[in-house]
Amino acid sequence: MVKVAIWGSLRTATDGKAEVEADPGTFKQILDQLVVDYPGLEPQIKRGVSFALDGKIYRDAWFTKINDDSELVLMPYMVGG
Amino acid sequence: MPLDANKKRVFKVIGTRPARPDGIDKVTGRALYGADATAPGMLFGHILRSPHAHALIKSIDTSAAEALSGVKAIITSKDFGLPDDSSVLDVQDNCMAREKVLYDGHAVAAVAATSAAIAKKALKLIKVDYEALPHVTDVDAAMRPDAPIVQAGRAMDDLPAGLSENVTYHFEFGHGDMDAGFDKADKIVERSFKTAATHQGYIEPHACLASMNSDGKGELWCCTQGQFFVRELCADILEIEASQLRVTASEIGGGFGGKTTVFIEPVALALSRKSGRPVKIVMSREEVFRASGPTVSSSSDVKIGMTKDGRITAAHATFRYQGGAFPCGTVQFGAQSAFAAYDLDAVQTIGWSVLTNRPKEAAYRAPGAPMAIYAVESVVDELCQELGLDPLDVRLKNAAQKGTKSSYGPTFDDIGLKATLEAAVAHPHYTAPLGPNQGRGLSCGFWFNFGGNTCVSLNVNFDGTVGITEGNPDIGGSRASISLMAAEELGIPYEKVRTIVADTNSIGHNDITDGSRVTFAVGLATIKAARDAKQKMCARVAKIWDIDEDAVYWEDGYAKPSGPNAGTFDPMSLEEIAAISAETGGPIAGHHEVNADGAGVSFGVHLVDVEVDPETGATEVLRYTVFQDAGKAIHPDYVEGQMQGGAVQGIGWALNEEYIYGEDGRLQNPGLLDYRIPVASDLPNIDTVILEIPNPGHPYGVRGVGETPIVPPLAAISNAVSRATGLRMSELPMSPPRVLKALSAKG
Repeated sequence: MVKVAIWGSLRTATDGKAEVEADPGTFKQILDQLVVDYPGLEPQIKRGVSFALDGKIYRDAWFTKINDDSELVLMPYMVGG
Repeated sequence: MPLDANKKRVFKVIGTRPARPDGIDKVTGRALYGADATAPGMLFGHILRSPHAHALIKSIDTSAAEALSGVKAIITSKDFGLPDDSSVLDVQDNCMAREKVLYDGHAVAAVAATSAAIAKKALKLIKVDYEALPHVTDVDAAMRPDAPIVQAGRAMDDLPAGLSENVTYHFEFGHGDMDAGFDKADKIVERSFKTAATHQGYIEPHACLASMNSDGKGELWCCTQGQFFVRELCADILEIEASQLRVTASEIGGGFGGKTTVFIEPVALALSRKSGRPVKIVMSREEVFRASGPTVSSSSDVKIGMTKDGRITAAHATFRYQGGAFPCGTVQFGAQSAFAAYDLDAVQTIGWSVLTNRPKEAAYRAPGAPMAIYAVESVVDELCQELGLDPLDVRLKNAAQKGTKSSYGPTFDDIGLKATLEAAVAHPHYTAPLGPNQGRGLSCGFWFNFGGNTCVSLNVNFDGTVGITEGNPDIGGSRASISLMAAEELGIPYEKVRTIVADTNSIGHNDITDGSRVTFAVGLATIKAARDAKQKMCARVAKIWDIDEDAVYWEDGYAKPSGPNAGTFDPMSLEEIAAISAETGGPIAGHHEVNADGAGVSFGVHLVDVEVDPETGATEVLRYTVFQDAGKAIHPDYVEGQMQGGAVQGIGWALNEEYIYGEDGRLQNPGLLDYRIPVASDLPNIDTVILEIPNPGHPYGVRGVGETPIVPPLAAISNAVSRATGLRMSELPMSPPRVLKALSAKG
């Protein structure tokens, strides 16, 4: 299973869990599973999330493969100036 | 080895400093900026703006203005629809107020007339009946439960009960046992800070020329950081298809994040649609201040525990950002980046986003990070002073590195923070003697960086030159950097390559020029487009030589046979291949389209010496050195320019710049005489030290460099002032009256 790290204020939607589990797959498949398992995450996921995979930040990368030994961290959608 | 896995580390062209391709046009005044666009039959658009910080619009009577000779169109919010997407509706409402005005300067109506004088006269004839409402412009005041409500119903559902409706977002990040961490500390310092809203200070005001035809097709010329985003926003607001609106970006006189949205463009398009003629709108400097997008202002509390030998045991911060009258998420980036430079077992940051009666904030280099890191680095410096520790030693002792679990969650890969700190330790600036009333400060800085959607076309011309078409306005020298990367990859001189920025109908979507993304992402796409072209040229040569494509490879600008088995042929140059391309299969072009990832985070360290005049409270910056990891500096002049520019803007933020609001909620200093940005005579030369620790996510190792340099100056200067005066200032800007008041109170 992939462990997905959830940032602090989003943990109200994961029963207080800092990490939740999902089946390995693509980032999109994991997001879809998170919405099913934790419906409270859906508004934020719809607003947009980035993710860090093994320390590297991605935006809008649905088909990125996530292995079960990967470090996956959900992050707010990144913008810049 | 497949071409796209080719990581290049030895360069012939990269790292040189050719003259900037836009330089001659800019110094001779020939460069075409937003306000330079004209069209036959063009009308002049002007915008009526609210004199109230917060008021209901009871009615707008435009009849007298419409009757004025020369007036061709007047619009109000009634001339726009109601987009379903709330984020688009917010942009539209910011461009033209609907039921109420939300800040001083909020647009309420616009006129297009045959001259600017007539348009301005018409504005005076528009009668707006307002009902003034209570207002709030301070972030802490806006959070109180009894504060005037700026916009009802905008708070997210997951917020704790009992807060003002002005609080819209809440973010938390961090890990570890905070209580246990603070228990281990020998010294704990807890302080509160405030920072003022500042403006990006771009020299060129917003300007555009819009032309909507009766067949529904439109043209828009404007100064922007992202013509594709402008097209999408305007198409949504005007309810037209994106393909029917062509947006062309002008040369840009600075953006720094402030030109990543629209303010006047939908208004000009609506006026043009209504009048049937092209309409030009150019903001005055006063309008830029009152009605474009400054930074957030902030209020924060920071608590850090440290052992006697300088190890941070726990760190906590709460940040409150106001982003004006519409929801904004900037505080999330402050809360994520605040402690990014540190390797911490126990860290927590909390961010609150708050509505006020101010203009909607816009991005400003590393949005949200400078004010957060200012507060954190001020407390770290105070702990160093209290415990008698060297501030660079302490930062090295606690520095994040590869394998560190960052304060915002991910584990860092290769990062250059320690090398950057070590470069500062070794630099003569750090040990240079100081005089009376002088102090030396330092701070670390951080930004995430990202890549994003990017398209590049590379065309090999018949004469052996190369044209590159890309879609990101050139703010910091990207055309030169992109040409350099293409020249390097193709093995031809830089002078043979010309890069242009295309309009929205000439190339596929490109994200905004922001996030320090362009040299990274457009560079990556350019390299891959060049590799695509090289493969095609090798294929042509293989046909000429009648050998397999695999038996031809590219080296130093030539297609060559790959070995004795391939046959004996004279290498063919790009110029020779291009000259016969029509005969060998037609034009040769390389393309690459990507949503680029792997930008790699960026760290910097700033070192500054100041002298504070005890009689006036004025702070003079005596010496300033920026240390930053660029991954690979493609064109070092531009990298240094980014580092120097960020430092200068940060000096202004630290010492003088601020939006000042009166009791009436109106902006009191909407001009460059009263809003004081640094000028050359205020500044020493900004020295730079570029480190090059390759980013594994880019073929040449590039990291974005544009945003990190504005992050450290606020704290670095505050820490220098503290060491010069013995005072810990807790509010920015540290303007002379504020410093003098603190000196007087100290006695």
